[in-house]
Amino acid sequence: MKVVYTDVLVVGGGLAGLRTAIGVSNRGLDVIVLSLVPAKRSHSAAAQGGMQASLANSIKGAGDNEDMHFTDTVRGSDWGADQTVVRMFVNTAPKAVRELAAWGVPWNRVQRGSREVVINGRKVTVTERDAAHGLITARDFGGTHKWRTCFVSDTTGHAMLYAMSDQSIARSIPVHERIEAMALIHDGGRCLGVVARNLVTGRLIAYVARATAIASGGFGRIYRVSTNAVINEGLGAAIALETGIAALGNMEAVQFHPTGIFPAGILVTEGCRGDGGLLRDAHGHRFMPDYEPEKQELASRDVVSRRMEEHIRRGQGVKSRYGDHLWLDITILGRAHIEKNLREVQDICRNFLDIDPAEEMIPVRPAQHYSMGGIRTDYTGQSRTLKGLFACGEAACWDLHGFNRLGGNSVAETVVSGMLVGEYIGDFCASADGDVNISSGLVREFWQREERRIAGLLKGNGTENPFDLLRSMQDLMTEKVGIFRNGATLESAVDELQQLYRRSGNLRVRARAWGANPELTAAYRVRRMLKLALCVACGALARTESRGAHFREDCLQRNDRDWLRRTLATWAGDDHDRPTLNYEELDVTGMELPPGWRGYGAKDYIEHPGAAQRLEQIERIVAARPAADRRDLQAAVMPYEHLVPARYRGGNERLAEAAAQ
Amino acid sequence: MTGVTETGRMLRIQVLRFNPQSRRSRPHVQSFTLQETEGMTLFIALNEIRETQDPSLQFDFVCRAGICGSCGMLINGRPGLACRTLTINLDADIVLAPLPVFELIADLSVNTGKWMRAMSERLETWVHRGTEADLSRLEERMEPELAEQLYELDRCIECGCCVGACGTARMRDDFIGAVGLNKIARFRLDPRDDRDDAAYYQVVGDDDGVFGCMTLLACQDVCPKRLPLQTQIAYLRRRMLVRGARRSS
Repeated sequence: MKVVYTDVLVVGGGLAGLRTAIGVSNRGLDVIVLSLVPAKRSHSAAAQGGMQASLANSIKGAGDNEDMHFTDTVRGSDWGADQTVVRMFVNTAPKAVRELAAWGVPWNRVQRGSREVVINGRKVTVTERDAAHGLITARDFGGTHKWRTCFVSDTTGHAMLYAMSDQSIARSIPVHERIEAMALIHDGGRCLGVVARNLVTGRLIAYVARATAIASGGFGRIYRVSTNAVINEGLGAAIALETGIAALGNMEAVQFHPTGIFPAGILVTEGCRGDGGLLRDAHGHRFMPDYEPEKQELASRDVVSRRMEEHIRRGQGVKSRYGDHLWLDITILGRAHIEKNLREVQDICRNFLDIDPAEEMIPVRPAQHYSMGGIRTDYTGQSRTLKGLFACGEAACWDLHGFNRLGGNSVAETVVSGMLVGEYIGDFCASADGDVNISSGLVREFWQREERRIAGLLKGNGTENPFDLLRSMQDLMTEKVGIFRNGATLESAVDELQQLYRRSGNLRVRARAWGANPELTAAYRVRRMLKLALCVACGALARTESRGAHFREDCLQRNDRDWLRRTLATWAGDDHDRPTLNYEELDVTGMELPPGWRGYGAKDYIEHPGAAQRLEQIERIVAARPAADRRDLQAAVMPYEHLVPARYRGGNERLAEAAAQ
Repeated sequence: MTGVTETGRMLRIQVLRFNPQSRRSRPHVQSFTLQETEGMTLFIALNEIRETQDPSLQFDFVCRAGICGSCGMLINGRPGLACRTLTINLDADIVLAPLPVFELIADLSVNTGKWMRAMSERLETWVHRGTEADLSRLEERMEPELAEQLYELDRCIECGCCVGACGTARMRDDFIGAVGLNKIARFRLDPRDDRDDAAYYQVVGDDDGVFGCMTLLACQDVCPKRLPLQTQIAYLRRRMLVRGARRSS
């Protein structure tokens, strides 16, 4: 039995994992990163459009600040987000962009003077200030009041991930590539590391650590049509679930991106619409203003995706042999703009569709894109039930996004959560909580369990083909647990998933190699993925309301009275065929922004009995402080700064403030 | 996504197979036949082969969108990204082999990750900066045009195609390849990096660096991101010559 000891173990080599590793390394701790693939191949690299941070440098971002970013994010989440976490996030995001700038990310910059841009289908002249020349600029994204999305053309995630990975190399942080975490080692209350499998040799390795952080990304691949990379199978969340102790939060909150290219599902960025691109139907008609006169194509993602599907249901889609789709029209932006700021989009269209988007429209349809749910943690990123287990980025639900994430908030979250959680892990390891008493017998027990599981698959005489089960699950999720949901369909989805889950106990693996063996890998993963799919489907079935991306045709209203709560899913044991659901109330009395109208459609929701009272209370707090500035008022309404690691406290300088000094 | 349409063409895909992990494995070519469908890429084709014909076949895909650089391989002898190669653009007879130079994992899977990390460590491909930025203050300014030039060189996805196509890399084990030279050009252009030409000369001023290039130009021909690799190498060589001459005089 090979055992590796370290202070901190990070599972996942994308932006969140690497930034966490850098943070703990800066604190003088030993850290090892495990990654399914070379770190620079992580799915973070696929983020195109940009990262939200309220720098307010561009004239279209002037006046922006943390408060506006906070409001947009909470409204975007349909009040599902943890507002303390949102506050921590919006205040750290500008620092994250600036850190990345210092680390070499070639953020696009403000060019002084006038230029032509497209806004709401019309050409408009925008004039940038002299004073802002050379500072980091921003583009427009959906659901935001200002142009706030910092970008590097349309390969923002790539530029960020490369800078981050190079920084981890500069610190000699070891990344163990092609290693898969198979199980968390724990004693019932304390996480002690993982049993991992080398995907090349097949060998099992026990990694024993004082703190274990899961940053393995989302679980989009439980769906057939997804923008996600093939490695986004939710395995980190699944092994947390399999402890029976750690909980997954809001797994039913799944985002569908409006513009997956049709039919492959490859993403083209929201930046296409942010920069002025339009959605059109079979008749070439721009339909979004008919549904959302105020925000049109730049409403929140859940809203746009729903409207697109609604329009297709009304027979307005473009017919094709693969089904119906709509058009994304960026020809209006002009070739020069596309070849500079939407170059990857052009590349993708050329390679996969054989079209030039400067001349032709792009066939698109919503595709699964993001997992708002994940390992439930507190604001420090630590599981509340399994100590020593941390999670951050898309794998986690510390709950920045609630039931809908804003575009540009995910890459921002990866880095910000890494910065913060890295510090909290540093504090944890410096405290008595970070001490561990490790029984080698316990480690052996977990190691042997995984060995038995693999041997069982390789030597067993099951009959089910893992690839078939995987495909059935993916089809089922896309068809029955997608954008439009209802009780009857969800019930049949749960039934069918349970059948698949039972069948996954009888798998046949034809390739018998212990080492690299893609069929074996698919076999042990599919059972884990089915557990996640069941968490999504059961959570969706139980939640009899519509909130953000979770839309129930049979329960159209958002219901704050009964559902202002977070779903917590746990899995009692391998013999169970569905998760146990519990709920965690969101505390209205502590909210800075009590639930209200989100700004889309009719003002039709069931109010929380405490919301009006809290609103009055906030008004009184504000009225009593006529001379207070925005920071003091914020602190009076919902203090959070004491929770932030010391090195990331304090405001963010902006142009107007700098000029005033 | 349902209702896949066949094109009527049968593809014969020949894969060079070898698994160094297995004592019984010997390098051999295995031939697979499959029905081509509309919009089929090598990503789709190889996965179909694995799911329906040979579950042991090994290859690497991650993003399947031409972004992550995982799936570089020899496609009819030429390095390229398999995920964005449409089969319709190839003859019905397709030959696939792993990228040369890199350590073979098995079949079409090679260890570019290990090679690239070693290259990064050797060339120190990160911004070298003596002072730490104050994150609460305005960021340093940069000319918009310079940021765009940096972006141009920053687009490399470390897929290894340039290395797989490189004559020098086949002869010299330690040659850093166009990927490495492009990185040096990128950091050299970046005013945030404190290193001067003397420092760059230390890491690329020899035959394993910029003077090893035989200007065969294959790297630029095969680069999936169409990076201006030869221009960068030529410029870097001039700068390093100047630096070298100053050193020897």
